[in-house]
Amino acid sequence: MTRTLRLTFAIVAAVTLAGALLYTSFAGSAEARQPSQMTNAEAGRDYRLTGIVVTGTVKRKGDALLFRVRDRKGGASVPVDYTGQVPDAFREGREVIVTVQKEGETFTGKPDSLITKCPSKFDDGKSKPGEQQMEWRDGSDKVVEGK
Amino acid sequence: MDLLGRGLLVLALIVAVYGAVASLIGARRLKVAADGGPDATAFGALGGHGSAWVRSGRRAIYLVAVMTTVTFVLVEIIFIRTDLRFDVVASHSSTTTPLGYRMAAPWSSQEGSLLLWVWLLSLWSSLVVRLAGRRMADVVPWAQAVLLGLAAFFLFLSVFYSSPFRLSDTVPLEGEGLSPLLQYPSMMIHPPMLYSGYTLFAVPFAFAVGALAAGHVGSDWIRHTRRYALGAWLLLGIGIVLGSRWSYAELGWGGYWGWDAVENASLMPWIIGTAFIHSVMIQEKRGMLRTWNVSLILATGILCILGTFIVRSGIISSIHAFGSSTVGWQFLTLLAVMTGGSIALVTWRRGMLRSEHRIDSLLSREAIFLAGNVVLVLLVLVILWGTFFPLLTDVLTGEQRPWASSTWGWWVGPLALALVGLMGLGPLAAWRKTTRAQAWRQMRGPLAVGVLVLVAGTLLGGGGRVDVALALLFGGFVIGAVLQELQRGVRARRISTGEAFPIALPRLIGRNRRRYGGYLVHAGFAVLVLAVAASSAFKDTHRVHAKVGQEMKVGGYTLRYEGAIGDYRLKDQRIQKLIIGAKVGVFRGGKRVETIRPTREFFPSQNPADGPVGRFFNGEAATEVALDAGLTRDLWVAMQPDGDALVDVYSALDKKLKGTTAPFARGAELALGFVRLYAQRPAPVTFQVIVSPLVSWIWLGTLVMAFGALLAMWPAPDLQARRVRAKQKARIARDLGLAREQAS
Repeated sequence: MTRTLRLTFAIVAAVTLAGALLYTSFAGSAEARQPSQMTNAEAGRDYRLTGIVVTGTVKRKGDALLFRVRDRKGGASVPVDYTGQVPDAFREGREVIVTVQKEGETFTGKPDSLITKCPSKFDDGKSKPGEQQMEWRDGSDKVVEGK
Repeated sequence: MDLLGRGLLVLALIVAVYGAVASLIGARRLKVAADGGPDATAFGALGGHGSAWVRSGRRAIYLVAVMTTVTFVLVEIIFIRTDLRFDVVASHSSTTTPLGYRMAAPWSSQEGSLLLWVWLLSLWSSLVVRLAGRRMADVVPWAQAVLLGLAAFFLFLSVFYSSPFRLSDTVPLEGEGLSPLLQYPSMMIHPPMLYSGYTLFAVPFAFAVGALAAGHVGSDWIRHTRRYALGAWLLLGIGIVLGSRWSYAELGWGGYWGWDAVENASLMPWIIGTAFIHSVMIQEKRGMLRTWNVSLILATGILCILGTFIVRSGIISSIHAFGSSTVGWQFLTLLAVMTGGSIALVTWRRGMLRSEHRIDSLLSREAIFLAGNVVLVLLVLVILWGTFFPLLTDVLTGEQRPWASSTWGWWVGPLALALVGLMGLGPLAAWRKTTRAQAWRQMRGPLAVGVLVLVAGTLLGGGGRVDVALALLFGGFVIGAVLQELQRGVRARRISTGEAFPIALPRLIGRNRRRYGGYLVHAGFAVLVLAVAASSAFKDTHRVHAKVGQEMKVGGYTLRYEGAIGDYRLKDQRIQKLIIGAKVGVFRGGKRVETIRPTREFFPSQNPADGPVGRFFNGEAATEVALDAGLTRDLWVAMQPDGDALVDVYSALDKKLKGTTAPFARGAELALGFVRLYAQRPAPVTFQVIVSPLVSWIWLGTLVMAFGALLAMWPAPDLQARRVRAKQKARIARDLGLAREQAS
């Protein structure tokens, strides 16, 4: 095999692979929308909803988990009714991705589609502990076993 | 304490910068001296340990190691004492965090993990320059400069952007605690393992830069850093698997790999490191692939920094998170310098990096190694692209488009299978050239083992999936190839020495540790790929909502919810956690196999607005999976109590406590009473039950790989004597060649 032939073969293989990678990247990925982009969502169609779980909105009802998801920058939020596996890392204020369908005003989550970011990551060291000065910490939170 | 810590960090930074500059000056003077320039006297002052500047740079490495060690001990002390004056302690630990986890809490924070990085780097750097001694005197100064430069970067971050000794404006009464999800034994050592791998890879990276800078691009730097590269590969691999195991047993979703950006970040340098470890053999044997090898190790070093950047900047989570990161731009700058510098060095030295030989045949060991290398590099390119694709679409369209898990499988599956196939072929092929007839003779035995494994696997229920069938065939082929090589080696040894099999086998392995250690790694990897294919293809998952007394049938088992568990743990008379769980009887064929107890642990929130009783259920929660692991299958059970039942009770109790005196003290007692009562009058729960085959073989395969890597790293007892003999033989051969040339 001559040097030119080898080079041609390598370039053709690289371009083919790159094309396939690009095609499958778009075909095999779903657009993750934030709540503000869900205003025109069609009923019965799957969407990947991403955003932050709004503080104070997480409620459980039987097997279902109800919560609101807001844009990362705040603002718009939508209600989610989810049934299925809930990752341990799911918390108010954490970023989630969940596959949903619009049903009336609520977005119903596809079972077991809820993903939460890993709790140990993305800590930028900016957290401010002690912002709430724990008014209950007057020593009275201690318990004595058997009381 | 804070002043001492800050002072040490600043001093370490100054020393690291000085050491890097001193090493560069020393390297430059040595180069001038070696070239016979005006500063040739500096070369005379070498004294066998390098010029005064180089020696000074070396001492700077030792000093940085001492100072970062003391700093790290100080950080450990403030965590062990739960000194809440420090921000890092208040936000990552608490008085109720158990001692072991308090000691591991530093590396759950950005400040602690950056310090861990530089501490480990300084230790490895000290070790490598100490062991380098008089060898590679032209390369070591450059390597010193690179290692100290990296240390200076991390120290710079620790001093100016992410100090573990930053004091809180207001000292809280209690810390936020270590995330309960991280309170898991393997998570205590997972980050140090990963960081050990990253920092150890910095050693061959630095020596590669040194070799290029000094123009000493032969195989010396490879031989000198081979064990460091292997050690890095081993530790990074162990770290990755520990993370997987944690994900499987603790995170409550039942998977061991999710193609999360953070997982990919550690996998990429490991894969490129794997390619490097293999392709350097071709350079050592045949003087080929110099550009490729140096590029691979430079890429590995860059990917290690990229991995830390991905985890610490949050860039993949969102482009906006990058803007709010305290260390994002700094890492990006370092990556740009490393990438630009690497490209410039390789381009500059391209003439020196030309191969001595070419590949003679596609049916040769070097061709198969190279093909394996290409597959590994493709794997990394795919993972890199898939990891950054959501970010790319975010920048271009404002929308993130993360890859679906099927897309990952579509790309990674075939590449991993091709790799396993090549792993089987590699050891069977000869260097330079193998004829087709020889290749067939070598392959037929292992191929028969592959077919046997395929048939056995299909009969045992592994049929119906092409990917699993190929994993069985190729996995069996690799194991067959390893067994065949062992059998041939033992036979040859027995013929030449007359030793019995039990003596010949360990002696054969002992004298060829690198070779047989490598084969063992191959066998372990084949087992791992097989187990991954089978466990993902035949996973049986069920969700069941059940009351006490109800039964569910999953994967040939009957599970009966027999009773509830309500428990708690106290520490210093404070509630550390409340535990709600289920007692589940596992039956097979009507007989009780065992009783398992999946639970959910609730850690108190620090927010008084959650209510005196409610705060014990509104904090972090962690699933404690009941895992019955076996050689053929794993039974994985997680439970979640009905939320509304809990909310109804604690809301009612909180309402009752409104307006009473010391509601929080009573709240704690009521919470304990509540869990006790729950055990007697439980609410329905939701069970997640997964039965998946061969998961245990993933961990066993990893153990085999780790053992193989250790074996390959371990120096042979008579290594020095063999080196001397080899040198003598080479000299005689050269003299004979010269004599023949003269005679002709």
